[in-house]
Amino acid sequence: MSNIFQEPDQDLLDGAFLTESGDSVDGALNASGAAEEAFVDLRDVTRTVLLPDDQELHILRGVDLQVRIGDHTAIVGRSGCGKSTLLNILGLLDVPTSGTMIFDGTPVGKLRNNTRAKVRGASIGFIFQQFNLLPGRTALENVVTPLMYGSRKEFWGRNAIGMEMLERVGLGARAGTQPHMLSGGEQQRVAIARALVRRPRLILADEPTGALDVETGQAVMDLLDTIATESGAALVTITHDLNVAARARTRYRLDAGVLSPTDTVATSAALVAVGA
Amino acid sequence: MTALISAMVEAWSELRIHKTRVLLALIGVTLSVAVLTTVVGVGNLAREGIRLDSERNGGREATLTVSIQPGQPGVDAVDETRTTQILDATIERYSFTHASRLSHAQARFQFPAGVQPVELQVVDPPYGTIHRVAVSQGSWFAADDAERLAPAVVVNEAFYQAAGRPNLVTEPQISVLGTNPATAVMIGVMPNAYPEAGPQAFMLTQAAASVGIGGSYQGMGQELRIWVPTGMAEELVAVLTADLTQQLPGSYVGVYRSDYAAYGDPFGMVQIMVSGIAALILLLGAVGLLNISMVTVRYRVREIGIRRSFGATSGRIFTGVMMESVVGTTVAGALGVMLAVAIVKNPFVESKVAPGLDAYPAFPIEAALLGLGAAVVVGALAGAIPALVAIRVKVIDAIRF
Repeated sequence: MSNIFQEPDQDLLDGAFLTESGDSVDGALNASGAAEEAFVDLRDVTRTVLLPDDQELHILRGVDLQVRIGDHTAIVGRSGCGKSTLLNILGLLDVPTSGTMIFDGTPVGKLRNNTRAKVRGASIGFIFQQFNLLPGRTALENVVTPLMYGSRKEFWGRNAIGMEMLERVGLGARAGTQPHMLSGGEQQRVAIARALVRRPRLILADEPTGALDVETGQAVMDLLDTIATESGAALVTITHDLNVAARARTRYRLDAGVLSPTDTVATSAALVAVGA
Repeated sequence: MTALISAMVEAWSELRIHKTRVLLALIGVTLSVAVLTTVVGVGNLAREGIRLDSERNGGREATLTVSIQPGQPGVDAVDETRTTQILDATIERYSFTHASRLSHAQARFQFPAGVQPVELQVVDPPYGTIHRVAVSQGSWFAADDAERLAPAVVVNEAFYQAAGRPNLVTEPQISVLGTNPATAVMIGVMPNAYPEAGPQAFMLTQAAASVGIGGSYQGMGQELRIWVPTGMAEELVAVLTADLTQQLPGSYVGVYRSDYAAYGDPFGMVQIMVSGIAALILLLGAVGLLNISMVTVRYRVREIGIRRSFGATSGRIFTGVMMESVVGTTVAGALGVMLAVAIVKNPFVESKVAPGLDAYPAFPIEAALLGLGAAVVVGALAGAIPALVAIRVKVIDAIRF
């Protein structure tokens, strides 16, 4: 069950956003500065699917989004507004119907599927709501999965790299444990370790606390924030948990496929409340 | 190289994790391969047995029989001595290294229990090679056995039994009652050609003549067996027929192939039938494996999506799914082949399948390779379809599956 009904902190609802250092940050105004080149740059992106009755469903409409290295961006919106589709496009799992998308300086429209897969493996780390750990494998085996598709060095050193990541998320002692023996929080920490094991420059988290209780969710987000900040990667979180959104320095709301910046959580809360 | 090793590591990991499913799928493949390999192995053994039997009767591939029958009407036939000389000269002129005269006679031998008629075959030493004669005791004729004063005989088990099973090392003697009674020496014993066989013996041509056992039964003519290269057989039949007909007016000259392969491979049809049955068995195993693989891939759609989200290319997913199948079936194939070897090389099975063989052939390597190859091919085919399904999975849908 998602945390959509959680009460956000009052000061957050008032629109005062505090970064870890305590600085107030305006929602959509990027703290890292507009002059810096975007790692991912979406311009007028649309995504349309054809329904069985030949009608077009416009999931995304004219989306403009720039994500820079080191950014922590949150995208909030109600269920079915196109959040996951946007995340899939950002993660090179899906392609826009129109518009341009530049990923690390390269227009993705020109990339072949296999190149996209390689870029995805090398530059993007996914964290899913349902953890999506591979059943039957230990925590370590799950963490090293992305390294199987990495460079020679990553493949041959996978166990050492995997153990190091598990240590970083505080699960070194549970390396040999299978997912079903881990708590929800531990499973998401394993998923975080797996997402970050190839040191991606873009971390995409799809409702990372959606399957966790409030306390565990906060702990997981603390960990994710810390590791993302340490690694200098860009973190894009899709959520309808306002507490999670409040952690981001840059926030957007997605409504009926239209992405727009939002500077207060109150706005987001209102939006989500209507949608919910 | 790293990608291949990585794919194999991944495949092995999958097999380890899904061991129960894999085990169930592979039991079918193991049994199919074992049956396939056993059928081919047993077929090969039976074929060897039948071939040996055929070679003992008609000679090795290719054996030419030259038959000279006197009595062409209106022409005086060349006498028997002259015929023998012509045949000897023919052997020498064509440089046949394996040629033997053959005639049948009946001789009376003095056994401890009394005189008994014995079916006698009068031959030359190369007959043993041409007809793959195997002796169970003693030896076949050597070239110098023709020089013996006491004619040497190689006898069958029934003869040896009637003679009181004397020790061959002591060169046991037995009286031959013919025109010129003589004492023969038993130098070798061979198994009976068939269970109820009566006493039979072989004697060299020269020795038979010296004891007055003249050639063939009255009017039977002379016969020559020649072992020639298979490729030359047809040409030699024509040449020898023309040559001997010209030299032997008044006689019927017949030159023909008497070996089992004279009219093509007699085991060809059996082999096709056996192969068909084996292929059917393998197909059943493959269908079983394919079925389980398809179910498994559907079960693993989400996992495939997750892997692709972490950078697995479609080629890598294809190789991975394919490799799992191939690695599994190769191991199963190896086990199946081992099982087949254990069955085919079992002494009981060998003795029942090819009772005539005194030395059983080694397990046919082609059967083992066929079994293993079939397992790999089945693995590749049964892996290819699920692998194609796997790469067609849309990543987004797969993750949400």
